[in-house]
Amino acid sequence: MSSELISDYEVVHSRAKSFYERYERKPELQHQTHFCPGCGHGTVHKMLARAIDELGIQDKTILIGPVGCSVFTYYYFDVGNVQAAHGRAPAVATAVKRSHPGSIVIGYQGDGDLSAIGAAEILHAANRGEHISVIFVNNGIYSMTGGQAAPTTLIGQKSTTTPGGRNAATEGYPLQVSELLATLQAPVYIERVGLGDNKQIAQANRAVKRAVENQVRGLGFSLIEILAPCPTIWKMSAVDSQHWVRDVMEKTYPLGVFCDRTKEVQPRGLPEAGPSLDQIPHILGVADEDLPEGNSAVVEKAEDIDLHVRVAGFGGQGVLLLGEVLAEAGLDAGLEVSWLPSYGPEMRSGTSNCHVRLSSQPIDSPLVTVPNILIAMNEPSLRKFDLSVRPGGWVIYNGDTFPADCMREDVHVLALPFTQVAHELGDARACNMVMLGTLLEIANSLPQASIDVALRRLIKNPKWVELDERALTRGRELFKESLQEV
Amino acid sequence: MRKQLMKGNEAIVKSAILAGCRAFYGYPITPASEITEAAAEYMSQTGGVFLQAESEVAAVNMLYGAASAGVRCMTSSSGPGISLMQEGISYMAGAELPCVIADITRGGPGLGNIAAEQSDYHQVVKGGGHGNYRTIVLAPHSVQEMADLTALAFELADRYRNPVVVLADGFIGQMMEPVEFPQTAVEPRQPDWAVAGTAATRGNLINSLFMDIDDLEAHVNALEAKYRIAEERETRAEEWNTDDAEIVLVGYGIVGRILKAVTAEARAEGIHVGVLRPITLYPFPTQHFQRLAMRARVFVVVEMSNGQLIEDVRLALNGARPVEFLGRTGGNVPSHDEVLALVRKLARRYLPVNAVEEERMANV
Repeated sequence: MSSELISDYEVVHSRAKSFYERYERKPELQHQTHFCPGCGHGTVHKMLARAIDELGIQDKTILIGPVGCSVFTYYYFDVGNVQAAHGRAPAVATAVKRSHPGSIVIGYQGDGDLSAIGAAEILHAANRGEHISVIFVNNGIYSMTGGQAAPTTLIGQKSTTTPGGRNAATEGYPLQVSELLATLQAPVYIERVGLGDNKQIAQANRAVKRAVENQVRGLGFSLIEILAPCPTIWKMSAVDSQHWVRDVMEKTYPLGVFCDRTKEVQPRGLPEAGPSLDQIPHILGVADEDLPEGNSAVVEKAEDIDLHVRVAGFGGQGVLLLGEVLAEAGLDAGLEVSWLPSYGPEMRSGTSNCHVRLSSQPIDSPLVTVPNILIAMNEPSLRKFDLSVRPGGWVIYNGDTFPADCMREDVHVLALPFTQVAHELGDARACNMVMLGTLLEIANSLPQASIDVALRRLIKNPKWVELDERALTRGRELFKESLQEV
Repeated sequence: MRKQLMKGNEAIVKSAILAGCRAFYGYPITPASEITEAAAEYMSQTGGVFLQAESEVAAVNMLYGAASAGVRCMTSSSGPGISLMQEGISYMAGAELPCVIADITRGGPGLGNIAAEQSDYHQVVKGGGHGNYRTIVLAPHSVQEMADLTALAFELADRYRNPVVVLADGFIGQMMEPVEFPQTAVEPRQPDWAVAGTAATRGNLINSLFMDIDDLEAHVNALEAKYRIAEERETRAEEWNTDDAEIVLVGYGIVGRILKAVTAEARAEGIHVGVLRPITLYPFPTQHFQRLAMRARVFVVVEMSNGQLIEDVRLALNGARPVEFLGRTGGNVPSHDEVLALVRKLARRYLPVNAVEEERMANV
C-alpha cells in the first residue's frame, strides 16, 4: 500500500489481497489488466476483490467466469476459478455450490452472457434460490465481439446489428433483468446499482459486498446488476461514458433494491453428512445379506429348460406382472432369466406385451420372437402373435372359443374364459395368475416354493397374495382338467 | 454375490453410487427417465446431490460444475437431449473433466420416436460437439454390463479426466435380468486438481480457453496423447465362437444378443459363424477385427441404425475383407430370421460350397 496527498485528499494505492500480485496466467503485460481504460469491469473487479478480502473468504471463494469481456477473471482473482461456457455460469455455480456447500460461489456475468444466451440458467438458478452470489455487469452491448446488440441495448441505441438504432417493433424492449427476477419468490437480495459517478460507485461497492455477505451468512440467492460504461464500443471518452450511465442508461434501468428478504429468511446451515460407506449397499438394496437365498437347491434339472414366453394383452390386465412373477420364480429356482417389456409406441396404445425367457443355459437374446408358449389375454394379442409360435408350442388363450381362423395344426391350444374363472374366484383382475398357473403346469419346471417367493416379493398386499395363490392353483387344475377332457 | 432381477436403467444408478458417484444432474426424456427417477430416489439417501435441471444444456453445465468441484457425477439422456449436451461435453473434454453420461438411445432424427435405435453412434462416438476431442464410449449388452460398465466408466473418466458415455438402447435400459453388485462402496475422493473452496485448491483453475495458438495446439496434442494411451490400453470386445469363424457378425448392445442367438442356429447348419461385439466403441477394438480378418471371409455389421458403426468396422479392416450390412431403423429390431437369412446368403456367396456341404453331410 502507498499513499500520496493530492490537495487536501490522501489518495491510497493498494491492491486487494484477493488479486494476484502479478497476472501470470496472462500471456503478456502481466502487470495490468486487459480491460480498456474507463471500462466498468476493472472497477467491479476491484469491488469484488475487496469484498472477498474484507469478508475473509479468499480460500473459500470459487469464482465462475463467463464468456465476454470478463472471460479472464482467472487472470486476476487469486481464488478458486472455474471458467464457464457462454451463459451457463449459473448452472455451473449451482453444482459447484451444491458440491461444496461451505464454499462461497460467485458468478460473474455480462449482459449478453446473462440476459440473452443464459436467460434460462439465471432464471432457474434464481428461482431455485441457489445459495450463490451473481455479479451482473450491464453495459447494454456485446463488447467482446465488437458491439452487437444485446437484450439490454437501449431503444434507439446504435450497434453493429442495429445500425439504425434499436427499434422496439423489431427488436423488442430493453430487458430489465432485476425487475424480472424480483418477481420470483426465492431470491434473497436483488439490487441495481451504477458506476455513473462516485456516489453511485460507493453504493455499488456496498451492494457487491452485501451480495457476497448474504451468502456467507447462508441466506440464499443474491444478484447485483451493475450499469457499467464501455467507452470503446460506445465510442465515448471514459468520462463521457461514465456520465452516460448516470444520465441515459439509468432512465431505462432505475437504480434501487428490487428484492430484500435478508431479514425474513432463516440462514441455512451445512447439510448433514451422508451415511457411512458400509451402509450404502443396504440403502441400495444390493447387499447379499438382504437378498433371499433362493430355492435353486430343490430344482431337479432332469432336462434342459428353455422357455421362450410371450405374454400379451391389454394394458391393465397384468401382462407385465405375469411375466415378472415368472422371471422372479425362475431366478429363485436358479435358472437364467430375462424379462423384456414391450417397448416403444405400443406402450401407450392400450396393448401391452412382454418377453420372458427361462433357461438352464445362459440366455443369448432376451427377445422372444418365436415363443414356445404364448399367453394371449385377448383376441387382438392372439391375432398378433399366433403365427409366431414355434411348432409344437402352446397357445394359452383367454376366451370361450378359439377363433377358427387362428387355428394351427402344429401347436397346442388351450382356450378358456380365464377372466370369468378369476371373477368367480373373487376378482377378474386375477385372470393373469390363473393363466400363469396354466403355464406353470404346462412348463412343469419350477418348484412351487419359487412361485410362492416370487409372488410375495412382487405383491405387497396380503389379500392379493392369497387371491393370486388360489388363482394359480385354479390355473393348474384347469390345465389338468383339460387333459382329462381330451 | 447374490443376484436379483433389475432393470438396466436402475442398475446403472445403483452401480454409479457404489462407484462413488455423488451427484446426478439430469433432465427427463424417454427412454432414459427411469435413470433420473432412480437417481432422485437414491442420491439423497446416500448423501449425494440430485437436481432436475431446466434443460439438458443446464444439466451438462451442472455436470461441468460438479466435476470442477471434484465430485464423481453423472447424467442420463437420449438422442435429442444428448445433442443439446454436446457443447458441454466438448467443454468438459477441453477442461479435462471426468463425468459419466448414460445415453439410452431412441429413434431420430428430430423428434424421431421413443423406440430403441442405435442412431446416436455418430454423435456420441465421433464427438458430436466442436473441437478436437474424444469421449470414451462403453456399450453394454446386458443388465449386468449396465452395472459393470458404469463402474468402469467412472474409473476411466477419472483415469483419463474425460467424459465417458455408457451408450445403450431402450431394450437394455428397460429389460430385467439377474444382476449382482460389488458388496463394498467406493469412497468418494477429492482429486487434487479440483476447485473445492479450500486453501489447498485455491490456485486451481478449470478452463478450456487457450488464447495463444501454440498453447492451444499443445493442449490439443496433450489430449491426443491421452487418447492414444486409451487406444492402447482400454479397448474391449467380446468374441463369441470366433475361433473358426468364416463369417463374423458385428454388433453392439442388444444387437450383440441377437447375433449370439443367430450364431447357434447358423452353426447347426454348418456355417462357421462367430460374433465380434465391440464393448468399447471408442477406443475402437481394431486389433480384434484385424486378427479375425486373417481367417474370416466376410464381416457382417448389424445395427439398429442406417449404418454408423459400419464406418469404424471398415476403417478397422481397411479393405482387408468385404463388409456387409443389415440395418433396421425407426425402432425396428433386426430379427433373428432376417440375420439368419443374410448369413445363409453370404455363406453361399463367400464360402466354398464344399465346406458347407461337407459340414452338413458330417452332421447327417
